[in-house]
Amino acid sequence: MAWVLRGLRDGVVTTRYPRQPDDYGDGFKASVSVIAGSGDMLEGDAGRATGVAEKLAGLCPTGAIRLESGLRVDRGACILCGNCVKARPDLFAFDSSPEVATIGRQSLVVPSEDDDSLGLVRAELAKRVRTLRRSIHVRHVDAGSDGGEEWEVAALTNPIYDVQRLGIFFTASPRHADVLLVTGVGTAGMAGPLRRTFEAMPDPKVVIAAGTDATSGGIVHPTYASGDGVGSIVPVDVWVPGSPPSPFSLLHGICVGIGLLAGAESAK
Amino acid sequence: MSPASFSRRTEADRFADSVEAAVRDGGRFAGLVATARDDGSTVLRALVATPALVVIETIVGSGVNTYPALTPLVPSAAWYEREIHDLFGIEPVGHRRLDPLVLPLGPHSARPRPGGSSPASAATLELDFAALPGHVSGEGLFTIPYGPVRSGVFESVEYLVETSGEEIPHLRTRVYHKHRGLEQRFVDLDPSDAVLLAERVEGAASVAHAMAFSQAIETLAGVEAPRSAQMVRVVHAELERIAAHLDSIIRHTEGAGQAVAYARMSLHKERIMRLRALLCGHRFGRGVVVPGGVTGPLQLDPDDTLAEVGQIDRAIASDAKALMATPSFLDRLRGTGPLPAELALANGALGPVGRGSGLVGDIRLQRPYGAYRFLGFEAAEGFVKGDALARQWVRIEEIRQAFHLVRQGLDELSEGDAGPWQYDVTMTDGLALGWVEAPQGELLYLVEAEGGRLVRVKPRCASFHNLALFAEAFRGDIFTDFVFIEASFGLSIAGVSG
Ligand code: SF4
Repeated sequence: MAWVLRGLRDGVVTTRYPRQPDDYGDGFKASVSVIAGSGDMLEGDAGRATGVAEKLAGLCPTGAIRLESGLRVDRGACILCGNCVKARPDLFAFDSSPEVATIGRQSLVVPSEDDDSLGLVRAELAKRVRTLRRSIHVRHVDAGSDGGEEWEVAALTNPIYDVQRLGIFFTASPRHADVLLVTGVGTAGMAGPLRRTFEAMPDPKVVIAAGTDATSGGIVHPTYASGDGVGSIVPVDVWVPGSPPSPFSLLHGICVGIGLLAGAESAK
Repeated sequence: MSPASFSRRTEADRFADSVEAAVRDGGRFAGLVATARDDGSTVLRALVATPALVVIETIVGSGVNTYPALTPLVPSAAWYEREIHDLFGIEPVGHRRLDPLVLPLGPHSARPRPGGSSPASAATLELDFAALPGHVSGEGLFTIPYGPVRSGVFESVEYLVETSGEEIPHLRTRVYHKHRGLEQRFVDLDPSDAVLLAERVEGAASVAHAMAFSQAIETLAGVEAPRSAQMVRVVHAELERIAAHLDSIIRHTEGAGQAVAYARMSLHKERIMRLRALLCGHRFGRGVVVPGGVTGPLQLDPDDTLAEVGQIDRAIASDAKALMATPSFLDRLRGTGPLPAELALANGALGPVGRGSGLVGDIRLQRPYGAYRFLGFEAAEGFVKGDALARQWVRIEEIRQAFHLVRQGLDELSEGDAGPWQYDVTMTDGLALGWVEAPQGELLYLVEAEGGRLVRVKPRCASFHNLALFAEAFRGDIFTDFVFIEASFGLSIAGVSG
């Protein structure tokens, strides 16, 4: 049978995101939140005396839960294992919005506090990307992933996500790249190649840490060979948590990086 | 589960002979695992599949640090001995090419030595990329490097094509870039955390890793997961296999410029990923399999799942049939990247790579585990050509069988909410093995507990074993065939690098 006919069989499958919300994209476990107000009673001496802080922190295999001026979750360290949600549904909940990328690393710690310096960082990024060409070229580098991130990054070019429709293209040459999309924990062996790729890219350029591993090292860090994310190797502009992040979260992260969308911090 | 493995102890100087004898008796060399002991000695364990796993064990004493190499007698041990040399600093005497494989260290550097009680840190190790052999060059001799950052969305790996312009080029593979030190990270983790790390050894085989690890822990605890939990495991494991095989097919269609087939197969893979997320909240099935069972039932009604599974199955079958009748596609795969049957057999090639070269031996049938003991299916056998096309046929057949298994699991689960989903596991001390047929082939976990702690967890990934054979499939036009050979091997570099 002619392939042409098969191509049409399922009708339009391409998502309209980000122009329109996508049902599937919004139905996906993408981050953990602290239930509003629930951490208050844990604060202060009462919480410390009963050892609640240690108990809560002990729920998390990656140290993402902290009790410091209120109960907080560092989404940049969270691997979405669900331990905390299962043990304390009164305190933690899964959030299904895929729009989890932020411009400030600190903004991944939720509930996030207003950070004065963030305005400057955001303004600088906005100014930088204003000069980018209309079409955006992305260079992906794996700096020590488990391979799952690559599946989700590769999905961006398939007909369902079809980032080409947004003028976003993957490129082989760093010399033509505007965006560096980095996955993985930042291994000792990839530090050099990653740095060289970054240096070969012309200015202006944007760096995206794609995934919890790239953001903090996830559950892999620390070892003698794994870094605490790629931020210590290249200057990261946008952080996309997730283990791995879904294609929608990656797409949101890229859109934040090139100034098409606002980061998750402005939604809070 | 009945213990399908047993151990034999031998002296270090008789080790290689013992392993060779076991292989000569019809065993398949399945791996070599080292464990550091606090007294400075190192335990070496060779795994031989008969098909029951036989463990042949020896101790390399502290201060000795050498033993007669296995590789001269058992060639498929070559990469294992290189890896162990990197991580443990013990030298297999008689190994011909002991170049660094996963961790290039300077001559005086300490070694990570997982299993020992003092973990290495970046500060105690002396990384030395100069320890890697240089590019060969000479009269009429060139080395063309490709990677580790490659064109396209790939895991980082470096290929070196050595060519003299006349003879068949030789391929060398460098896999150290991604080395994460996972074996050290496993040490002392609580089993409930270690399973989360296991899921992240190879993203494309998250469920397989969680299963193999959990089964090893269950053996140590003397429990078996509840039957309903075993069914849930099979559903997730087989959906994972379908996704991984589709990924391989997608890469073939992309390389061959079959745009519509690429689009269709990508769509099917995405539907599988979404179904997996609907069943458990995670697109890779993470957070489902835990020691003792699963975290809960399928989150989608089995009948709805059956309906969706049926639709995707039919769509894939129909498109696969059309694809495998498209001459311009078949031409690219036929005769490409041949792995001769003798070579596959001698090296114990695993998974679809082995089965494409006429090997039998699907672990789900050879050493049945979990719910596979109760379900009916056939192995994808009888494909003998050994080329990329044969491997593609194996995957298509395995997708069909995987759907069949998923349906059987769902049928049983829909017959009433069974449960319980998880039993308590209390590890006893000792050594245990866990195994599954991952999408890439046999995956083994060696787990050792002492004083209630995990002192050693070693995943042996099929990709590690098969990648050593990768270079052998490069015959003919290395550059135009590259994409197909790579896609048809379906390797996960994360699993190779460790
Ligand atoms: S989901 Fe898991 S990793 Fe994330 S914060 Fe909760 S316990 Fe930590």
